[in-house]
Amino acid sequence: MATTTAAPARTIFRRPASTTGFWSWITTADHKKIGIMYGYTAFIFFILGGLEALILRIQLAQPNGTFLSAAEYNAMFTMHGTTMIFLFVMPVSAAFFNYLLPLMIGARDVAFPRMNAVSFWIFLFGGVFLYTSFIFGTSGAPEGGNLAEEVSRLGAAPNGGWFGYAPNSGTRFSTGTVMDYWAIGLQILGLASLISSVNFIVTVFNMRAKGMTLLRMPVFVWMTTVVAFLLLFSLPIIAVALFMITFDRTLGTLFFDAAAGGDPILWQHFFWLFGHPEVYILILPAMGIVSEILPTFSRKPLFGYPAVVFAGAAIGFMGFGVWAHHMFASGVTPITQAAFGLSTMAIAVPTGIKIFNWIGTIWKGRITLNTPMLFAIGFVAMFVIGGLSGVTHSIVPADWQQTDTYYIVAHFQYVLFGGSIFGLFAGLYYWFPKLTGRMYNEATGKLHFWIWMLGFNLTFAPMHWLGLNGMVRRTWVYDEGLGLDSWNMAVTVGAFIIAIGLLVFMGNWIWSKRRGPIAPMDPWDARTLEWTIPSPTPEYNFGVDPKVSALDDFWHRKYSEDDEGRPVRRPEADQLVAELEDVGLHPPAPIHLPNPSYYPFLVGLAFPILGYGVIYNDKAFGIPLMLLGVLVLVGSAIGWGVEPLEEGHDDHSDHDDDGEEG
Amino acid sequence: MQRGVQRTKRSTWWRLASVVVLALALAACSNGGALDSLDPRGPIAEDIDGLFKLTLYIAIAIFVVVQGALLVAVVAFRDREGRAEPKQVHGNAKLEVVWTVIPVIILASIAVPTIERVFKYTDCSPDAVTIDVIGHQWWFEYHYADEGIVTANTLVIPTNTEICLNMTSEDVLHNYWIPKLNGKRYLVPGQDTTLLLEASEPGEYWGHCAEFCGLSHAKMRARAVAMDAADYQTWLDEQRLDAVEPEVGTLEAQGKDLFLAGQCVACHNINGVNELDVATGAGELLGNGIGPDLTHFASRSAFAGAVLELDEPGALEAWLADPPEIKPGSFMPNLGLTAGEIDALAAYLRSLD
Amino acid sequence: MADVAHVDDHHDVHESTGIENRKLGMWAFLSSEFLFFGALISNYLLFKGRDFGAGTVYPRELYDIPFTSISSFVLLMSSLTMVLAHHALATGDQNGTRTWLLATGMLGSVFIGGQVFEFTEFVLEGMTISSNPAASAFFMLTGFHGAHVFIGILMLLSLYGISRRQGGLTEAQGLNVELVGLYWHFVDIIWIVIFTIVYLIP
Repeated sequence: MATTTAAPARTIFRRPASTTGFWSWITTADHKKIGIMYGYTAFIFFILGGLEALILRIQLAQPNGTFLSAAEYNAMFTMHGTTMIFLFVMPVSAAFFNYLLPLMIGARDVAFPRMNAVSFWIFLFGGVFLYTSFIFGTSGAPEGGNLAEEVSRLGAAPNGGWFGYAPNSGTRFSTGTVMDYWAIGLQILGLASLISSVNFIVTVFNMRAKGMTLLRMPVFVWMTTVVAFLLLFSLPIIAVALFMITFDRTLGTLFFDAAAGGDPILWQHFFWLFGHPEVYILILPAMGIVSEILPTFSRKPLFGYPAVVFAGAAIGFMGFGVWAHHMFASGVTPITQAAFGLSTMAIAVPTGIKIFNWIGTIWKGRITLNTPMLFAIGFVAMFVIGGLSGVTHSIVPADWQQTDTYYIVAHFQYVLFGGSIFGLFAGLYYWFPKLTGRMYNEATGKLHFWIWMLGFNLTFAPMHWLGLNGMVRRTWVYDEGLGLDSWNMAVTVGAFIIAIGLLVFMGNWIWSKRRGPIAPMDPWDARTLEWTIPSPTPEYNFGVDPKVSALDDFWHRKYSEDDEGRPVRRPEADQLVAELEDVGLHPPAPIHLPNPSYYPFLVGLAFPILGYGVIYNDKAFGIPLMLLGVLVLVGSAIGWGVEPLEEGHDDHSDHDDDGEEG
Repeated sequence: MQRGVQRTKRSTWWRLASVVVLALALAACSNGGALDSLDPRGPIAEDIDGLFKLTLYIAIAIFVVVQGALLVAVVAFRDREGRAEPKQVHGNAKLEVVWTVIPVIILASIAVPTIERVFKYTDCSPDAVTIDVIGHQWWFEYHYADEGIVTANTLVIPTNTEICLNMTSEDVLHNYWIPKLNGKRYLVPGQDTTLLLEASEPGEYWGHCAEFCGLSHAKMRARAVAMDAADYQTWLDEQRLDAVEPEVGTLEAQGKDLFLAGQCVACHNINGVNELDVATGAGELLGNGIGPDLTHFASRSAFAGAVLELDEPGALEAWLADPPEIKPGSFMPNLGLTAGEIDALAAYLRSLD
Repeated sequence: MADVAHVDDHHDVHESTGIENRKLGMWAFLSSEFLFFGALISNYLLFKGRDFGAGTVYPRELYDIPFTSISSFVLLMSSLTMVLAHHALATGDQNGTRTWLLATGMLGSVFIGGQVFEFTEFVLEGMTISSNPAASAFFMLTGFHGAHVFIGILMLLSLYGISRRQGGLTEAQGLNVELVGLYWHFVDIIWIVIFTIVYLIP
């Protein structure tokens, strides 16, 4: 009923037809399925990144640890950082964007459904490509250096840190192929994000439901938009930097070779000009999620909605003007240091505005402390700590002491784990009913939250003292007698507590998905459009295109206000909900959806083939691989070009446009 | 009424107490360890520490207020039986202005001393003692250009004198950090950077390369030895001398022969023995071969990137036996020395004070 | 004030931009491309004035301004033919569209040929990507620009081919002409910037 069947057309492959099972996932162009795939893939990488963290912590549990060799340690911390940032937080945010953005703005899909699938496949193959360096990659001592024995039992993986500082990432100091895997892997992942950012921007600007003006969009949609722009403007810069390092390594360019007049500090400018907006790319989605959850469970509208939106946009904008605060110790001029110290202080202001508005939201509310709310409040509490330690970095001379120590690690873990990850898990619990049609187990969810609060603070709070007491970052061993031993042991214990919490979460997820109580359409008495459709979301999202006449439209349709400004449930509210559910389950008119396609998968597949070709750029192996990659890419582009997005009807509304270029 | 007043009073006390407790907790954070940045021992580090603590106390105050507000909200406004629906407040312009302006004022007030110090600690004063520092994977080399001295691993400085480190790197980025004397500064290949140090008291101050610099980043440490003016002068005078000549027929003499006959001379210099070409004219930085200058090896308390203590029994022997085992990636290879050769070389090196 | 959340039934406008999805997407993509070339140009500017010693060939010593001016003029003219192609399509002149698409692609090819010639000359005169960082930056910048022109030519020729085979372009395919046109003008504008900054300004 949802889709009309396709008439056979001239294409390379016969049009995929299955709507369930393995091939339906490979060929899907449905934003929800893509979102779910993003989520599960990211979660697998989260487990890998988490295992890497545990391995690191075993090594550092005691002074002069012997669990890992230096080479293994360096690979582990590089992959931990790279995985958590590029393969977990970014894609799991993309999962939320994909699943929720069309629902929250009242659309049937994103602007370019197949491009959306391409983003996912490129991301998946990019991540897998990066991890294959464990199998195919090689690494060793710098040129002229000596190793006592074959050192890596885990296989070779990128080992230059997640920001791959030059010239350590160049061929002379990073021998073998692992840093090629890193640079090309990130390039591929960046392409995936770039495509999805274009897609989300067009979706937000063009596909909103009738009546949804920009200032009626949920804050999560706003934050998605800001993130999409940040990606759009920062990714080209890291793309150039990654090309430079790849060319330095494979073609013999000299950008970062100091001996030939190259400039290693240039890498840092380019990297952080991307890298700082990236920090906001990681945190803003969580801020958006929290801004949805706090009002729902306080039964109050978001305090100062325009201020929160504006502050989010301001953070995004100012995020491009603070990058050199990562470089206060790198020898940049005092004027640069002063200017970037000031801009860093300035960015604390909109951040503070958000925090105060969140507190204003729950203040005098009627607070339901269930799992998503606990995570959202936990987010605010932990993010405040990360924010305050962030302000101490803007005190430039203090940063000279703090930079490159565990104090910095503590800061960004409070922002990224206590911030982003707490926020994202708040979202996972909050939208679980919409996603699966069932309710999660509340008691287990709360248990997860409290285990994480304990484990998180035990892991990351002591890192503040460790850093101030002189423990430098990325150190494979530390000596005893420096007063670092007991805190390091505490950190390791905390890391394992976090792991236990994650197992609790996984147990809850798996059990609830199968056995949880059936979820109603609107379990939280919520405010936004995704709660006006049945749980789980039907394939076509909305039975009829929604119309919106206010911010938090759904809430206002359910509640009026009395003289004191307190909400009073409208007498017709229950009937409204029932009608919405009915229309959602039985759409009055047939709905056309984008057909599935093989080509996005094939386009994604082309990139790792090209990547291997660039790494092994020899005649026997590399060049044929590159040619094969180009062939797959061009072939699937042609196939894509001649395959219409939808078949079997000739509807011309702008919601159904084909996305071809790019 | 009375009760209300009492309550406010009590909560003010409670707040004050918690600030004090946090401040104490912070003081307890300083562990007095050799790398403790909260235990400054020179005017620059003390000044930075003061600025950091000022910011920290402000941060703690904000922390207490914000977390307190969160806690109060969660406890006081939690949904209970009979709790009325909340008023639908959409915002409050006055409040928004207040919580925008207050942070601006706080930040502006710490911005002033911050910027002042950035400029204050960037350039060396003309009467500072200038020492050139060269970063290597994975050790620091020091050139006292005016004195014609080349040394490594331990940096000897006079107390109560501004030291101007003029730094660069031979290979990758390094980051020079003696926490008790100042913050950090990178050593960048192809560029010069400057770092000021000043120690108030004689003593050994430990440090670490803080920037990830490859395999043995963890094994790249630094040590500053501060001496009063007289001791410093004596040290300078001794360092200018050529290496001590061992007596003929001793183990030390055997060691010297091995040093000259073996692969050691490819990378190491001992003044008066092999004289690798060392030019230190006009403050120019020239690498001293590949490895550390060994002329006055035994005058230093630590070696191998300040990782091993010279007075630790067996440390030097273990190093000579297999450097890459101690320092993965080490540019000094396992030379396949016999136990006898190692003893002779170690004896010779220990005699080079 | 902060209260925008009143139910407001009178202000019920659909605020979509009115720009086609694909066109908006192309604009977004090109804005990203501006930063891509911005980074490449900054990279060149950073290195162009630096001294890498004697015995290496600097890009500025080799520029053949008259030659590059001609190839720049050719590329500029291709923007004109692109406009003509679009105009022909708008007036329903399918033959004219085809001709001008082909002409645009040809002019682009001439430009690429000029670039191949220029690169060959530079290498013969001793400047390769490994000569010095300024040379690396020059080849990287102009190389990426050339690659963009090349992709543009491929798109132009595909449109030409489709039009040939079908005897004209449909309305939906017509949008593609507009999109390729946007892309092509963008690549041209970037070249004007490169030509001015890299070649003309000493």
